[in-house]
Amino acid sequence: MKITRKEKLGNFLFVVPALVLFLVFSLYPILRTFELSVFEWNGIDKHMTFVWFEQYKHILFNNPAFWKSMANAGIITLLALTLQNGLALILALLVTKNIKGENIYRTIFFLPPVLSGIVVGLIWKFVFDGNFGILNHFLVNIGFASFTDFAWLSEIKTALLSVGVVHMWKGFGYGFIILLAGLQTIPVELYEAAEVDGADAWQQFKNITFPLLIPIFTIVTILTILGSMQIFDLIYSMTRGGPAGHTHVPITKIYEYMSNGEFGYSTAMAVIFGMVLLVISGAQIYASKKLNYDR
Amino acid sequence: MNIYKIKRISTSSVIHIILGSVALTCVFPVFWMISSSLKTQDQIFTKMSLLPGSLLDIFNWKWGNYWEAFVKADFGYYFANSLFYTVVGVFFVILISSMAAYAFSRLEFHGKTFLFYLLIATLLIPIPGVFVPLYLLLKNLGLLDTRTGLLLCYISNGLAFAIFLLKGFFDELPREVEEAALIDGCSRFGIYWRIALPLAKPAIATLIIMNSLTIWNEFLLALVVLQDKAKMPIQRGLMVFQGTFITDYPLLMAGLTIATIPIVIVYLLMQKHIVKGIASGALKG
Repeated sequence: MKITRKEKLGNFLFVVPALVLFLVFSLYPILRTFELSVFEWNGIDKHMTFVWFEQYKHILFNNPAFWKSMANAGIITLLALTLQNGLALILALLVTKNIKGENIYRTIFFLPPVLSGIVVGLIWKFVFDGNFGILNHFLVNIGFASFTDFAWLSEIKTALLSVGVVHMWKGFGYGFIILLAGLQTIPVELYEAAEVDGADAWQQFKNITFPLLIPIFTIVTILTILGSMQIFDLIYSMTRGGPAGHTHVPITKIYEYMSNGEFGYSTAMAVIFGMVLLVISGAQIYASKKLNYDR
Repeated sequence: MNIYKIKRISTSSVIHIILGSVALTCVFPVFWMISSSLKTQDQIFTKMSLLPGSLLDIFNWKWGNYWEAFVKADFGYYFANSLFYTVVGVFFVILISSMAAYAFSRLEFHGKTFLFYLLIATLLIPIPGVFVPLYLLLKNLGLLDTRTGLLLCYISNGLAFAIFLLKGFFDELPREVEEAALIDGCSRFGIYWRIALPLAKPAIATLIIMNSLTIWNEFLLALVVLQDKAKMPIQRGLMVFQGTFITDYPLLMAGLTIATIPIVIVYLLMQKHIVKGIASGALKG
C-alpha cells in the first residue's frame, strides 16, 4: 500500500503537539544552556558580553566553592553507593528467601521513595532539631548527655553526614525494588541445579546471583549516581547549603548564581556539571560491559 | 523438633528481626510527623511523648491543627493548586504522548527515526540546570509566575519517557484489528482513539501513577517559576510556611501530612503499577 504525500502530512499531525512542546521546552533550553554559558549576562540587560570560555576557566580554576559543592555531592553519592545500595541488596536477598510477609516489607521499604524530598527533608529537620528533636531526646535518654542541644544540621562536622543519612533513608527502597525485580528474573532452576551439585549459599551467590545481576547493578549504580549528585530538595529543605556552605551541592550552587542574576555563569556551571555526570555514567556503562565480556 | 527445623526457625527469626527493624526505621518518621501534627505547641516544646495523649483521649488530640492548616495557613489553597497541576498535567502528558507514540509505532512520516532518537537521547543524557534557560524562556513568553508556564514545563518533562514506554507497548499490539478498521473506512485518528488507546490501558495506568507522583512531589521548577503564593503547589507552600513560621511545628507537621496523605493513598492502592513503572523504567533504560 503506497502512502501518499497527503497521508504522510496527516500522520505527522499526530506528533506535532509532542514535537512543539519538546522542541520549545526541552531541546531549546538545552541548546540555550550552551549558548548562555559563553556570555556574561545578568538576565536583564539588552547587552550580553561575549567572553568565550572565561567563565568556564573561572569555575574550573578560581571557584573553590564549586569544587567544594562537587565534593559534598560526591560524599553523599559515595555513601549512597556503598551503604545504601549494600543495604538494598541485602534486603532484596533476604526478602526473596521465601519468608512470610514479603509484601508488607516491600510496601514499607518503598514508602520513603514515594514521599517528596521537601516532606522528607522537613520531617527529618524536625527530628534532628537541637532543642525539640526526638533524636537528641533519645540519645540523652540512653545516656549520651552531651547531645542535649546538639544542632546536627548547623554543626560543620555533622551537617553533611546528616543530610547524607536522610538521603540514604529516602533512597534505599528504590534500589531495593529494582534489585528485587532483577532477582526475580533469575530462574529458580539454576539454584536447584547448584544445590544438587552441592554448592553452598555463598557459592550460589558468587556464581549465579552476582554475575546475573551485573546489568541490574549497573543500572542501580548509574541511577544512584545521577540521583545523588543532583540532590536538591533535601538540601534546600534541611540546610540550604549551610552551615557556611558545608552542605552546598552543584544544583544549589547553580540555583544560587541564577538567583543572584549571574545567568551566564550559572549555565557554564551547569554545562561543566553535566559533562562530569556524563563521563561518570559513561565510564560506568563501559566498565560493566567489559566486566560482562570478560566472564 | 529436630535440629533442622530449629535452625530454619531461628534463621527466619533473624531475617524478620533485620527486616523488621529496617521497616520500623522507614515508618517511624512518618508516624512522628502525624503524631506531632496532633500536638499543641506546648507539648512539642516541653513534653516529649510518642502520642499526643492517651488513646482513650483521642478526641481531645489537637485535630483543630488541620482546620487551622487548611484555612489559616493556606494549605487548602496549596493543596487545591497541587491537585490542579497534577490532574491537568497528567491528562495532557497522556494525551499528547499517546498520540505521538502511536504515530511512532504505526504511521509513516518524514524524519520519524531521527525524531524518536532525539527524544530518547534527552532521556539518557543527564542535563542538570536546565531550569536557568527555562526561567528565561518563560520570562520571554510572558509565562513566568503563571500556572500555564509551570504546567507546560511539567507536561514537556513527562513526554519523553511516556512516548518511549507507550511506543514499546503499541509495538507489541497486533495490527490486524486496526487494518480491518482501516478497510472499513475508519480514520487514522479514529483507530488511535477507539482501538489503540483502550488497548493501552495497562501502560497508561502506570504512566498516570508515575506522572502524578512526579508532579505532586515536584519542587525545583515550582521554586524557579512561581512567586505568587496563590499559584503555588503544596511542596512550594510548605517551604513558604516553614520560612515564615519557623517554630510552629504542629501546623508544619499538619501541612506535611496534608501533602503526604494523597501520595500514600495512591501508593497503597496502586502499588503494583508503581513498582511496574519503576522496574520498566529502570530495566528497559
